[in-house]
Amino acid sequence: MTSTTKRLEASKTKKGFITPKTAPYIFVLPALLLFLAFTVYPIIASFLLSFQTRISGVYSFTGLDNYIRLFSDPVFYKALGNTFIILLVQVPVMLFLAVILAVLLQSKLLNMKGFYRVSFFTPAITSLVAASIIFILLLNTDYGLVNYILTSIGMERVPWLSNGLWAKISLIMVTTWRWTGYNMVILLAGLQNIPHDLYEAASIDGASSIKKFFHITIPQLKPVLLFCFVLSTIGSFQLFDEPYNLTGGGPNNATLTITYYLYNQGFGYFDFGYASAIAYVIVLFIAVLSWLQFKVVKE
Amino acid sequence: MNNIYIKKSLLHFILIVGVVISLGPFYWMIVGATNPSGEVLSFPPTIVPGNYLLENLKNLSEAIPILKALFNSALIAVIFVGASLLVCSAAGYAFAKFKFKGSNVIFSSFLLAMMIPYQATIIPLFQIFGALDWINTYQAVILPQICYPFAIFLIRQNMKGIPDSMIEAARIDGAGEISIFFKLALPTMKPALAAVGIFLFTHQWNNFMWPLIVMTSSDKYTLPVALSTLAGLNSVDYGQLMLGTAISVLPIMVVFLFLQKHFVSGILGGSVKE
Repeated sequence: MTSTTKRLEASKTKKGFITPKTAPYIFVLPALLLFLAFTVYPIIASFLLSFQTRISGVYSFTGLDNYIRLFSDPVFYKALGNTFIILLVQVPVMLFLAVILAVLLQSKLLNMKGFYRVSFFTPAITSLVAASIIFILLLNTDYGLVNYILTSIGMERVPWLSNGLWAKISLIMVTTWRWTGYNMVILLAGLQNIPHDLYEAASIDGASSIKKFFHITIPQLKPVLLFCFVLSTIGSFQLFDEPYNLTGGGPNNATLTITYYLYNQGFGYFDFGYASAIAYVIVLFIAVLSWLQFKVVKE
Repeated sequence: MNNIYIKKSLLHFILIVGVVISLGPFYWMIVGATNPSGEVLSFPPTIVPGNYLLENLKNLSEAIPILKALFNSALIAVIFVGASLLVCSAAGYAFAKFKFKGSNVIFSSFLLAMMIPYQATIIPLFQIFGALDWINTYQAVILPQICYPFAIFLIRQNMKGIPDSMIEAARIDGAGEISIFFKLALPTMKPALAAVGIFLFTHQWNNFMWPLIVMTSSDKYTLPVALSTLAGLNSVDYGQLMLGTAISVLPIMVVFLFLQKHFVSGILGGSVKE
């Protein structure tokens, strides 16, 4: 006992500076400094910048000018509208598919579960640029494989990337292809947490599979579904890689997303003040939508 | 019995269709990468790999510095993962195993930052690196995300599993705080660190918008940026485009296939309790 105390004393005097009291601060410090420099400072700077305009090379405060300009900018509304259309169509479709796949993969009748899970998840590790490039070729109007299949079963060629409506649909298809498996894996984890006795009790009461799905699976999955909803919503507002590479935002701005517009203003025109105002509109939308989604589910 | 058989077949049929949709584009990419340009968009489509791989590689490396891009991507991803794991696990360890003033405030602000889209930070970041004269440098891509809140969160959840008595025992034996972290906490966390590491690697490997902004000369392009410029060239050779895509996708797919169990847990981690 005394020797232990002695050693403890010795270590205390030897290590002097790094004690159990100061250690946590030292461990947190690198992360904290990086966080302050590359996250907190930029968030504040960007907010301040959104009230500034560059006049003959110098940024000066111009109050709400950027925001006023934003709310009378038809291209901004177009980008915002596109983002919402994609969000409102893509997210429900994708989550519906992900739930179906997750439930099918849970089936007791199924073997090769690992194979299916890996297959569906694989698109989620691909870079969005690579995915976009593969799909540019697959969706080529004249030579693409997709139109080849359509014409060989007697259907018309679809102008996938050159028509405003179809370009939006293409963008939705590519994002769905990329992210469904990702959500499926999260939902699978959620399914595994549903207590078995619920299903057993329902079976004894003579409930059909469909009834069980709507009365047990979906309600029990609600928190996980919400998590997926929030993630996907944030993702939709950040949609950039796919429209940039797949359609270049066209035709005629039909696939210009809000983040793409930010990029164009910031790094196409180097209008940092205006781009920062767009960034803050994105922040605001994400905050409000996340809050709403949590509120809705609590009800 | 018969009924079960039908159900089973139907189940497999639906899932196989899903697999074809998920993996088909990859197979088609590999076929394209090994065939001459004309074959990629021919009727009926070529569905077997050809022997044009080396020619495509030659054309590709003439069009863009693809091997340099591969090198850049690998270098950036490896340094990023190493640095981020070190910084994030130190922070995660502090949050999990110590009570200290400000710990709640700091941890909550890390979590809150996860909700803020990173686009809100890119313009000031660009200005910071401009002021440092670091535009078009590796550190400009690596530094901003080393403190990765999601990784800190995951590591903290896992570090909570280390028994306090073990750390206490090491202290009584006279081990310093730094060596407890490196010799005790980190080694016991290996599986979790692997999962988070793979997650971070994929994230950086596929990162596009920020490298696109900050890397201004083609010898600094990462794979996604190089590919994106290749797709933008006017007369596109599809075989070489498919090969470039394959080069950017296959390394990560191989890693994924070998480590997919860890990988999936890395993505899910503490976000959903398994």
